[in-house]
Amino acid sequence: MSKTLFDKVWDSHVVRKIEGGPDVFFIDRHLIHEVTSPVAFLGLKSRGLSVLYPERTFATADHNTPTINQHLPVADPLSANQLKQLEENANEFGIRHWGLGHQKNGIVHVVGPENGITLPGATIVCGDSHTSTHGAFGAIAFGIGTSEVEMVLTSQCIMQPKPKKMRINIEGSLGKGVTPKDVALFIISKLTTSGATGYFVEYAGEVFEKMSMEGRMTVCNLSIEMGARGGMIAPDETTFNYIAGREFTPKGEAWDKAMEYWKTLKTDADAVFDIEYTFDGSSIEPMITYGTNPGMGMGISKAIPTAEEVEGGKATYEKSLGYMGFHEGEAMIGKPVDYVFVGSCTNGRIEDFRAFASVVKGRKKADNVTAWLVPGSHIVEAQIKEEGILDILTESGFELRQPGCSACLAMNDDKVPAGKYAVSTSNRNFEGRQGPGARTMLASPLVAAAAAVTGVVTDPRTLIEEQTLELA
Amino acid sequence: MAYDKFTILQSTAVPLPIENVDTDQIIPARFLKATKREGFGDNLFRDWRYNPDNTPKADFVLNNSTYTGKILVGGKNFGSGSSREHAAWAVYDYGFRAVVSSFFADIFKGNCLNIGVLPVQVSPEFLEKIFAAVFADPNTQLEINLPEQTITLLATGEKESFDINSYKKDNMQNGFDDIDYLQNIKGEIQEFAAERPF
Ligand code: SF4
Repeated sequence: MSKTLFDKVWDSHVVRKIEGGPDVFFIDRHLIHEVTSPVAFLGLKSRGLSVLYPERTFATADHNTPTINQHLPVADPLSANQLKQLEENANEFGIRHWGLGHQKNGIVHVVGPENGITLPGATIVCGDSHTSTHGAFGAIAFGIGTSEVEMVLTSQCIMQPKPKKMRINIEGSLGKGVTPKDVALFIISKLTTSGATGYFVEYAGEVFEKMSMEGRMTVCNLSIEMGARGGMIAPDETTFNYIAGREFTPKGEAWDKAMEYWKTLKTDADAVFDIEYTFDGSSIEPMITYGTNPGMGMGISKAIPTAEEVEGGKATYEKSLGYMGFHEGEAMIGKPVDYVFVGSCTNGRIEDFRAFASVVKGRKKADNVTAWLVPGSHIVEAQIKEEGILDILTESGFELRQPGCSACLAMNDDKVPAGKYAVSTSNRNFEGRQGPGARTMLASPLVAAAAAVTGVVTDPRTLIEEQTLELA
Repeated sequence: MAYDKFTILQSTAVPLPIENVDTDQIIPARFLKATKREGFGDNLFRDWRYNPDNTPKADFVLNNSTYTGKILVGGKNFGSGSSREHAAWAVYDYGFRAVVSSFFADIFKGNCLNIGVLPVQVSPEFLEKIFAAVFADPNTQLEINLPEQTITLLATGEKESFDINSYKKDNMQNGFDDIDYLQNIKGEIQEFAAERPF
């Protein structure tokens, strides 16, 4: 029978099917961090259970960590305690731990791929909804709750009903200044934040085939923002070139054997999806969000839609615009910006800093803007330095911080103050997500860069244009 | 963690007719620093419930003593966003045993089922009926009958049935959790694991 990529990977991980219930689903690799794991370990201990396969779990500290002065003790006692607990639990159960200061430390969804933990055809879970990121490699990867973290620790399995299947095709090519982030925000704006609930998404078509691994990770990362459990892209040469030689990637004979399997990981020509969408890549422009969920996004040159034009209740829509201090029908371009945040598991990889630097090069940071540039990991940080990107940033008046989740969820000190506007490359613009009262506009690293040097919401294409002219 | 058995719940309800209530609203990130599962109910809907100076916001429903009960009724797409189980813990710890909506985000729904909060998905029309009844009379009694899989407005007898898979239903009725099940099939899992290529 014809199968989709998702079927192939899912079906090969079912240990047992329960009649009228979920599948007992085997997890190849499990990622943990300091926030959603302590209660799971507490549960294990209170039941007297052990960790079944400690080598299949990897721990990193990221959600709570400071992004300056990481060599000093963590000032907030509650954060310090969570970090300590993670280290102690990892040590007690024999789990690999990349804590604060470790050279492999970084955001969980950045360090997984970077170290070859993320592989095609694998199942990967983590107590964090953006685990969907790893689907970029043709893995089934999704976020789980703490009870499930406990299940994976003690049995390497969770109980999951198989989701339905959706395919999103984007054909053609992307215009100038249009990045993978814009593709994702575009899709979510079309499907809404609940449009893919109950589904697992496969992204297909020319746009994704041509996309880099970093770009694919950005797209898969945002799958959860339309309600999907996860998203995936069939592995190809781009994927294999990326993973080859990384620390936890199979080597030698094991690699050859794995390659044989990985090459079978594509959707059969006549396989059927429960639902399918097709969009034209050339119709996408740089995107920005104007409201308080990631589905409230628009082409940057457009006007904020009116309540009649959007799905959902008028009251909810008005509450959202009220929180942002915006009005129906207004332009986004020219709106003042107080903060710019580049980072997170969505856009905290090397390509994102390259893109940011390409716009700020030869320009100066706007005086009214506070910029937080936060690499996703120490490896990304090192790359930024090696490639000379740091010099460009410094010359333009920017500083680079140390890795962590930072203002993506503002659990550390990187909080946008109440009422202030932030252009952020992260993934959620929910009320208070970046600090109580903070107002977030989600966008690509190019849009963030354009805001950082002009001090207002700016279409990055106008700056790229100037640059091309200057060069000519 | 084992929880109380759930069979039939009769209660008044607390109405929250807002769509897309995300888990950052249910429990903001800054309250996720605990390492024990305690006290999350105090911070349920923290920023909707309290001003920055910690005084209660009078217009938020949890601060309105007219509405009480063990059932929370929310708008469409309830629980979207982060996978934090803390959101479900906060709902439970505050004293709710069931959440009713016309649509739930996946992970939140799964988390609720795993900790003993029953997510009850009803039609948009029935949800409107519940909101209308509760706003007209805050003493409106709802009955959620898990064995029968029905939810009823007791005053009028209007009822609707809801879905739940038989495995989870069984767990909820008996207060079992998945770990009990998984422990019993450990051998089978180990055999499976031995065959995995990586
Ligand atoms: S960067 Fe944000 S979304 Fe990503 S893991 Fe950290 S908190 Fe979660």
